[in-house]
Order: sequence, then structure tokens, then C-alpha cells
Amino acid sequence: MLNVSIYRYNPEVDSEPYMQDFQVDTQGKDVMVLDVLEKLKTEDPTLTFRRSCREGVCGSDGVNISGKNGLACITPLSEAVKGNKLVIRPLPGLPVIRDLVIDMSQFYAQYEKIQPYMINNNPAPAIERLQSPEERAKLDGLYECILCACCSTACPSFWWNPDKFIGPSGLLQAYRFLADSRDTATEERLANLDDPFSVFRCHGIMNCVQVCPKGLNPTKAIGHIRSMLIRSAT
Amino acid sequence: MVTTVTSLGRSGLSDWMIQRISAWVMTAYLAFIVVYFIGNPDLSYAQWAELNSSLPMRMFSLITILSIAAHAWIGMWCVLTDYITVRLIGPKATAIRIFFQLGMIAVTLLYVIWAIDILWGI
Repeated sequence: MLNVSIYRYNPEVDSEPYMQDFQVDTQGKDVMVLDVLEKLKTEDPTLTFRRSCREGVCGSDGVNISGKNGLACITPLSEAVKGNKLVIRPLPGLPVIRDLVIDMSQFYAQYEKIQPYMINNNPAPAIERLQSPEERAKLDGLYECILCACCSTACPSFWWNPDKFIGPSGLLQAYRFLADSRDTATEERLANLDDPFSVFRCHGIMNCVQVCPKGLNPTKAIGHIRSMLIRSAT
Repeated sequence: MVTTVTSLGRSGLSDWMIQRISAWVMTAYLAFIVVYFIGNPDLSYAQWAELNSSLPMRMFSLITILSIAAHAWIGMWCVLTDYITVRLIGPKATAIRIFFQLGMIAVTLLYVIWAIDILWGI
């Protein structure tokens, strides 16, 4: 039997959060953490968590699994269980709505700040804006982000200043548009980032790289943004 | 864009660059001092005073002191704006943080002036 400890908090009933212990029979199989949560939910329907695609694409089920942020649906027990114990908490640093569900408004507000869409005021060509294979290749490792918030909520700089520091996820997306040959707002985008918080609160501890379930590297993208800021500065 | 009034360079890029350059200056000074001590195992006071009263050494020391001051200013500013915030300790945080920031700036400037007095007093 696997010992599972889960963070529980229902603000309508509980005065404060607590850890609830469960025992789960996995029949020795190396199932995913989400399978354990689903099984527990059949026993206790009040257990609340987000999930959707169950294959690491939608980014809904980001949780803190035995101390490390990750997606419950693609984290096998063999990676998460330590000493026959599995501890599941909500992603740290953002307000808890209930159990494992967090309020991601602050995370999305930072995403919105970097204008996550193509800006190009030139007249649209008849068919489409073309890119060379080399220009397109620059977007690899950037466009794959699924906004699960595992990286930003693993970042101490984001914990302390979630209203001022864009966070690794938002900055990866910021660079995705800075690096896009079809986007013409590079100067405006860079001007919005040159303050002591938005980009420069990153001290390069690389927690984001360690936890990204898609294997992306926000620290590297932040380094590229810094280089672009230096090149554009006087 | 977040505005700031007590950061050293006002811009993130400027603070970042000052932090890197000052780190290199301090590393160079430390390396020089260590090599000098190793190269002069029987160092006398007269020799030490002569080294520190030469103009190039005074300039090197002063640049290092200014680097330490700038580095500390930026570093302490980061620490204070991380931990003394309205989010973490409530509405009094702004007044408390500005008190500590101004105190930090005052202490840093006093150290710089004191160091100049020592360097040119040898």
C-alpha cells in the first residue's frame, strides 16, 4: 500500500489547511500521480484538483509532487515516491482556492503584460508572412510552453514579487515573440522590460529549468533577452 | 514597466551591468592582494605603507571601494525589495523598506567617505 499525503483546504469549512493521509493500493504498478489522485477522488469526491487532457499537453494538473513541481499526469510514481510516501501539495506561491487548485490570476496577469501575440503593423501579404527554416528554428524550445506555471511557481523571485517580476514562463514567451522574425515590435517590447524587476529579478538559479515538464529552458531565454537589451542600449 | 526610486541605476540593465563589472573589479583586487601577500612573505609596515600611498594603488583601492559600495547597494536593494513588501508584511512595509533603504544608502556613503579618508591619510 502506498502512503499518500495530500494538502487539503476548503475555505468554506476549514479554518486552516491541513495534510490528509490516504492509503492507495497501486497493485505494484508504476502508474502516474494523476491516476492516484483520480482513484482517491472516487473514494472522497470532495478532493479537488484540476485536470483535463491527462497527457501533458493542457497544463492543468501542475502540482507540487514530493517537493518538486510537475504535471501529475506525466509524473510516474517511480519518480515521485520517496520511502513509500507520496506528498502532493498545490503549486507554491499563489493563493489556494481549494485543495490543489490555485488562483492563477497573477500568473496570467504577467503573461498578459508581455503582449503574447504577434505585432506587425505592415500591410498583410496576400497569402501569409513567410519565414525561412532558420528563422522558424529560432522558435523551437519557446513555442512549446503550455503555461502550466510549474516554473514560475518554483521561482523564489516570483514568490516574493509576483506582481512585478514577469516570471520564467512569461519571459520565455516574451522571448518567443522577440525572436520571431515576423514581429516588428521588438523595440517596444524591450523598452517595457528594462526595469529592475521585470527581467532582472532573475538571478539565474535555474529552478525553472529543473521543473519544466516540457524540458524547456527559461533561464536561457532570459539570457537572450538580456543580450538583446544590452545590444539595444546606448 | 515597473518604476523605482531607490535602485542605484534606475534601470534594470544598468544595475545588472554595474553588478557584473563591480564583481570583476573586486575579484581583480582580491587576486592582486593575495598574490602580493604570497610574493612578499616578509612584508614590513614600511613596504605596505609605501604600496598603499602610491597613486596607482590608491586609485585601484578607491575603484574597488566604489565597486563594493555599488555592489552592496544593488544587492541590498534586491534583498529589501524581496522581503519587505506590502504583500509579505502589510501596509507598513513601504515606510519600513524606505527607512532601511535610506539607512543602507547612508551607511554605504559613510563607508566610502571613511575609506577615502583612510586611503589619503596614509
